[in-house]
Amino acid sequence: MNLDLTEEQEMLRTSARDFLSKECPKTLVRELEEDEKGYSPELWRKMAELGWMGLVLPEEYDGMGMGFMDLVILLQEMGRNILPGPFFCTVVTGSLPILFAGTDEQKKEFLPKVASGELILTLALSEPNALYGAVGVETKAVAQGDSFVINGTKLFVENAHIADCIICVARTKEGSSPEEGITLFLVDAKSPGIKCEVMPTIGADKLCEVVFENVSVPQKNMLGELHNSWPVIEKVLEHATIAKCAEMVGGAEASLDMTLSYVKEREQYGKPIGSFQVIQHYCANMWTKVDTSRSILYLAAWKLAEGLPATMDIAVAKGWINDSYLFVTERAVQCHGAIGTTRDHDIGLYYRRAKSTEVAFGNTDFQKEIVAQQIGL
Amino acid sequence: MDFGFTAEEQAFREELREFLRQELGPEHKGRTPHDLFSREFSRKLAKKGWLGVGWPKEYGGGGRPYMEQLVYGEEMMRHRAPAGAHILAQNMVGPTLIRIGSEEQKKEYLPKILSGEITFCLGYTEPNAGTDLAACQTTAVLDGDEWVINGSKIFTSFAGQAHYAWMTVRTDPNAPKRHRGLSMFIVDMKTPGITVREMDTMWDYLQYEVFFDDVRVPKTAVVGELNKGWDYLTTALDHERVFMGGTVAQHQRFFEEVVEYAKKTERNGKPLSKDPIIRQKLAQLAIDLEVGRLFAYRVAWLLSNGIVPFSEASITKTFTSELERRLANTAVHIMGPCGTLLEGKRAPYDGYMAWEYKFSLMMAVGGGSNEIERIIIAIAGLGLPRP
Repeated sequence: MNLDLTEEQEMLRTSARDFLSKECPKTLVRELEEDEKGYSPELWRKMAELGWMGLVLPEEYDGMGMGFMDLVILLQEMGRNILPGPFFCTVVTGSLPILFAGTDEQKKEFLPKVASGELILTLALSEPNALYGAVGVETKAVAQGDSFVINGTKLFVENAHIADCIICVARTKEGSSPEEGITLFLVDAKSPGIKCEVMPTIGADKLCEVVFENVSVPQKNMLGELHNSWPVIEKVLEHATIAKCAEMVGGAEASLDMTLSYVKEREQYGKPIGSFQVIQHYCANMWTKVDTSRSILYLAAWKLAEGLPATMDIAVAKGWINDSYLFVTERAVQCHGAIGTTRDHDIGLYYRRAKSTEVAFGNTDFQKEIVAQQIGL
Repeated sequence: MDFGFTAEEQAFREELREFLRQELGPEHKGRTPHDLFSREFSRKLAKKGWLGVGWPKEYGGGGRPYMEQLVYGEEMMRHRAPAGAHILAQNMVGPTLIRIGSEEQKKEYLPKILSGEITFCLGYTEPNAGTDLAACQTTAVLDGDEWVINGSKIFTSFAGQAHYAWMTVRTDPNAPKRHRGLSMFIVDMKTPGITVREMDTMWDYLQYEVFFDDVRVPKTAVVGELNKGWDYLTTALDHERVFMGGTVAQHQRFFEEVVEYAKKTERNGKPLSKDPIIRQKLAQLAIDLEVGRLFAYRVAWLLSNGIVPFSEASITKTFTSELERRLANTAVHIMGPCGTLLEGKRAPYDGYMAWEYKFSLMMAVGGGSNEIERIIIAIAGLGLPRP
């Protein structure tokens, strides 16, 4: 057993923390919540220069060839700092499907541009009747000559309003199971027939409703196998779930740190409120949640990185971290008192994100059902 | 990062399992007072060289690294091995004597602990000194060449079976700070003036009140320096900390029995395991167990790296003890009225769940109540100001 980060991972963490605290202050986070685009092209360019977008991409596609665990470390820092913008959808849910299922030609076309920061990607999966399963995928793609024509509505598509390319999960055939007949398409976001609207979410995270109306996609932009690409999505979701957990753990760490500083300074009844036993108990409980969340995150990330079976570990991690992030941010606001509920205070940024990330990639009930199946119930 | 066990650790685990299966049988319940205390079993462990597994080799111990100590703890707990006759001596008395005991004390006690011959009981808790151990009122006064002890201890596990008490006494009533006036003593339980009275608790554990009435012990009863007892009480708990992590393995086995029950028991025409609410409850416990197990590994890992996991050990203690209560509560809840049966043919798993529902009270109140553990975490771990 070795539960330490490597020296390189420690360096990545330190440099990411320094960079983000300098380049992405909370004033910018707040500004971008209101901003139409929701990201800073200048910050995006600087991140690309650091090699972050290509962190897990192989060197032959201009990436840095690092591992999933490294990406988890980086995402943890992004969550700690609440980095707004399309990093997650470009790198995790965007580039991984291409990496997992793309042809060599597709990889050559898309991945170097991801690495250089030229290309913003996003994944269009959820629909009015579907969140993270194949069952409700009703968006249809029909072959027409050497193209496919897509019709349907996708929901909660991250940053679709600024994306260059949307990976659309569509049904190309009615199969004997919901998973059969699913095909992926790399759709140029500027294609005629695409309508995109930003949805007003609690996390201000620029999730979009995207309507596809007779959108034509050339056959060469089909990603992976015709009718049989649901397993690609499953694999992407496994990684995305843990990637999201990494952001959440980072956010929980930051919320705890802010709370600890506050309760040491804030005085009531002539004493720092952190000297009161009830506040001490809150903080001890918060730390327990944060510390255990970190451990369970690394275990699942390690298994994924090593290619070991991780279904159980991923569900355990997301289930536990969902509850932990909610708990920590709720207690954090409570410890801050009324000032914590003001818009000017940073803690509210985390409180809102704890809820938006809890429901992303499966809430706790969803994860617990997976766990129930895994223990043989 | 690597969460795997080494080949040596795996092999040790297999060896332990094989031995425990043979000695205890697969159906060993480990819930009656007798099941928790067996000198015969302790001696068998001794023969295998499995008492003092983490002690240095120069003192006859196994010299096993922390990770292997954790594996040892896990297997012992999973198999509900009776540890009452040796656990305190192995995890607390021995390691402290090795660190600060006199040569005579080491020679006298260490070999006998390792051979499973002698049992210690822990005399810390008193009627007016529970979580606040520094409030100890039992006194020892020097009279010539002897200390004269007066006072009483309570909730002293295995005092009725033990040969010696490892106990705190007040040797300086005038110390400026009350915890500076405490000393650590080893007292022979056969000394005249000691009375032992069994207690009747819900958890059916062998616990006693011990009364000391002009009990005269030699000067050599003092362990380490006089009036330094508090330091010895609060440090050198590494072995205890690692072993404590093993309790998750005990809960894991209990949980597996509940899952098995839910799968094979039908209610309203379908297995309990198909009930969505029960599935959610059991899944939550599975998550909690995994988190607890991993945390115990982290404590062992930190110790392996020379870091004293002060707050982490407190987290393990609070987390696992509260998990134990949730587990017992949920188990009986799922089983319904049958789950409340203590014995008989209708009692699932021979009444283990009903017993555990009562027994699960112990860990969160004992060994430092969870309330004080959280304050330790806040002050020592998070740097919050003292109340």
